[in-house]
Amino acid sequence: MIDESDDGPGYALPNAGQKGAGISCLSEVRDAEPLAGVPDVTAANSTLTCPSSSLHFASFRSFGMEALFFNASGGFLEGIVRGYKAGLLTQGQYNNLTQCETIEDFRTQLSATDYGNFLANESLPISTSTINECALQIMVDQFNFIKSNAVEPLSTFLDYITYAYMIDNLILLITGLIHNRDIKELIYRCHPLGLFDTMAALGAGNTPDEIYRNCLVETPLAPYFRDCMSSKDIDESNIEIIRNSLYKAYLLDFHTYIQTSLSGPTAHIMSNILSFEADRRAINITINSFGTGLSKDRRAKLYPQIGRLFPAGNNMLARAEDVEGVKAACEGVSEYKQFFDASGSASHHHQTNNTNNSSSTANLLSNGGGDDSGIVADDLEDRFFLYEVHLNKQAFLSQFQYAVFYAYFKLKEQEIRSITWIAECIAQDAKERIHDFIPTF
Amino acid sequence: MGFYTSFYTYGLPTFIVLVIALYLLLSGSGEAFNVGRFLEETSPYVFASTGIGLCIGLSVLGAGWGIFVTGSSILGGGVRAPRIRTKNLISIIFCEVVAIYGVIIGIVYSAKISPIPDTQLYTPENYFTGFALFWGGLTVGICNLLCGVSVGITGSTAALADAADPQLFVKILIVEVFGSIMGLFGLIVGLLMTSKAPDFRGVSNTAAPVSSPFVY
Repeated sequence: MIDESDDGPGYALPNAGQKGAGISCLSEVRDAEPLAGVPDVTAANSTLTCPSSSLHFASFRSFGMEALFFNASGGFLEGIVRGYKAGLLTQGQYNNLTQCETIEDFRTQLSATDYGNFLANESLPISTSTINECALQIMVDQFNFIKSNAVEPLSTFLDYITYAYMIDNLILLITGLIHNRDIKELIYRCHPLGLFDTMAALGAGNTPDEIYRNCLVETPLAPYFRDCMSSKDIDESNIEIIRNSLYKAYLLDFHTYIQTSLSGPTAHIMSNILSFEADRRAINITINSFGTGLSKDRRAKLYPQIGRLFPAGNNMLARAEDVEGVKAACEGVSEYKQFFDASGSASHHHQTNNTNNSSSTANLLSNGGGDDSGIVADDLEDRFFLYEVHLNKQAFLSQFQYAVFYAYFKLKEQEIRSITWIAECIAQDAKERIHDFIPTF
Repeated sequence: MGFYTSFYTYGLPTFIVLVIALYLLLSGSGEAFNVGRFLEETSPYVFASTGIGLCIGLSVLGAGWGIFVTGSSILGGGVRAPRIRTKNLISIIFCEVVAIYGVIIGIVYSAKISPIPDTQLYTPENYFTGFALFWGGLTVGICNLLCGVSVGITGSTAALADAADPQLFVKILIVEVFGSIMGLFGLIVGLLMTSKAPDFRGVSNTAAPVSSPFVY
C-alpha cells in the first residue's frame, strides 16, 4: 500500500490531459537547445502529481489484506500455475538438450521433462516448426484451462494478456494482405491465443477506417485502434507505426486497469513488468527509427507514457540521433544502463552462464565489454529478454497476486523460443551458437 | 474508490450518529444515552449467551477462513504435485483445532448457566458471571479468529512452498505451529477470566435483591 503511493510518477495513471502535456513537452524540448531538458522534465513531473490522489483511494481498499480474500477466487488457479511453473525447464535440462546430436535425441530428452510425449505422434523427420507448434499448443492448452476456470478479476486479467497476441495477429494479417497472401493461410499462421472471430473479414478493407468497421469494431482492440485512424492508407511504411501505437494504447490501458481494479501486490509487480515493457518498446522504436523516414515528432508520439524512462528518459529518447543518444537517455536507470555497458559481449556471457550454472540474471547483466554499435540491436534484444525473464521470475516471489499468471505465460513463451532455438541449432548443425538461448530457471 | 463511495462508507454513518447525538443532547434528553443504565438493565443471561455465541461463532469463522485459504492452495498445488496433499492436511488440522478451542470454551461457559427466577437474578455475583462470560467469550473468539486466519495464510504458503521445494515444508511448518499456539493463549486466558466467576445462582433468602434502581 505504501509502495504504491510512494512510487509517484512511475505509477501515475495516464489520462488525456497528461498525455497532451507529455507530448507538447516533448516537442518543446526538441525546439529548444538540448540543455533545456531539465526544466521540461520538472514540468512533466508536476503534471503527474494530480493522479496520485486518486491512487491513494485505490490503495485504501487493499490495506495489504489480499491474503484474506485472494484465495476465494484465485487460490486454486494460483496453485496450478505455480505447479506449471515448477515444470519449466531447468538449467540442467537445458544442458542436456544442448548435448543432443540429433532431433531424435532432442525428442527423447524432452520426453523426460514436463513436455512429456508431446512429439510422439509426429512423423519423422520432425521439423523445428513442428516442435515450436506442439510446444505452443501445450502453452495454449494450459492457458485455456486456466481461463476456463477463472473468475473475475482474473478472467479480465487473462483477457488483457491475449490482447497483445491479437495485436500481433492483426499486424500479421495486414502485412500479409498487403503482399496479397491468402487470408486462410495467414490465419493458420496466427498465434492461437490471439484469434478473434472477425479475422476473416479483414480482407475486405484497405484503409484503417474499413479495417476498423469490418473487423475490429466488436473486438477489444477497437478502442486501441482509434489513434491509428488518422492515416489515409495502409502500406509498408506505416504498418509498424500502427503496431506500435496499438501496443502503446494497449499498455496504457492494461496499466490503468491494473492500477485501478487490482491494486495491492498485483499492481506493484505488474507495474514493474509493464514499465519495462514500455521502456523496451520506446528504446526499440528509437533504435529502429534511425535511418528511416520516421520524423522525431511522430516517433515521440509512439512512446508509452508509463515506464521508468518516462518522462525524462522519454524526452531524451525523443531527441536521440544515434545509439549514443539512446544510451544517454538510459543513464538515469541503473538496470537499463547496464544493457548498453555490456553490449558486444552477449554471446560471450551466455556461455559463461551455462558453464557457471549461475541462476541470477542480474549478475549476467553486469558483464563488462566493448561497445560495438553495429551489433548493438541484436545484443540489446537478448539483454531485454534476460531482464524480462528476471522480472517475471521475481513475480513468483510474492503470493496472493495475479502477476504470476502473466509471468508464467511469458516465461513459457521464452522457454518455447529457447527450445526452438536449440532444435534449430541441432537441425542446422550450428553447435557453436547453441548456447545463445535465454535460460529461464 | 471514488469520492461518493468513500463518503457513503465513512461520512454518512458519522453524520447520522452526530445528528442523533445532537438531537438527544439539545432536546434535553441526553440522559437517554446512559451506559450504566443499559448495563444494569440488561439481563446477565444476555451477556452470558452473547459471550458464548461470540466465542464459538468467531472461532468457527477463523477456522473456516483458514481452511478455505489453505484448502484452495492445497487443491491447486496438489494438481501438479500430488505428494503435498497428505502432508499438508496438517495445516487443515491446525485450522480445525482453532474451532475446537472455541467449542471447548463454549462448553465450559455454558455449564455456568442455569435457570434462575427473574426476581432472584439481579445479584452482583450474577452480573459478574454474565460480564465475565461475555468478555471471556469475546477474547477467545477474536484470538481464535486471528489465529485461524494466520494459520490459514501460512498453511497456504506452506502448501505452495512444499509443491515447489519439499525441503521447505518443515521450515514453514514451524512458523505455522507458532501461529497456531496463539489460539491456545486465547483459550487459557478465556478460562482464567471466568475461573473466579460462580455459576448463576438465586439468592437464598426470599427478599428480592434490588441491586439497581433501574431494574423493575
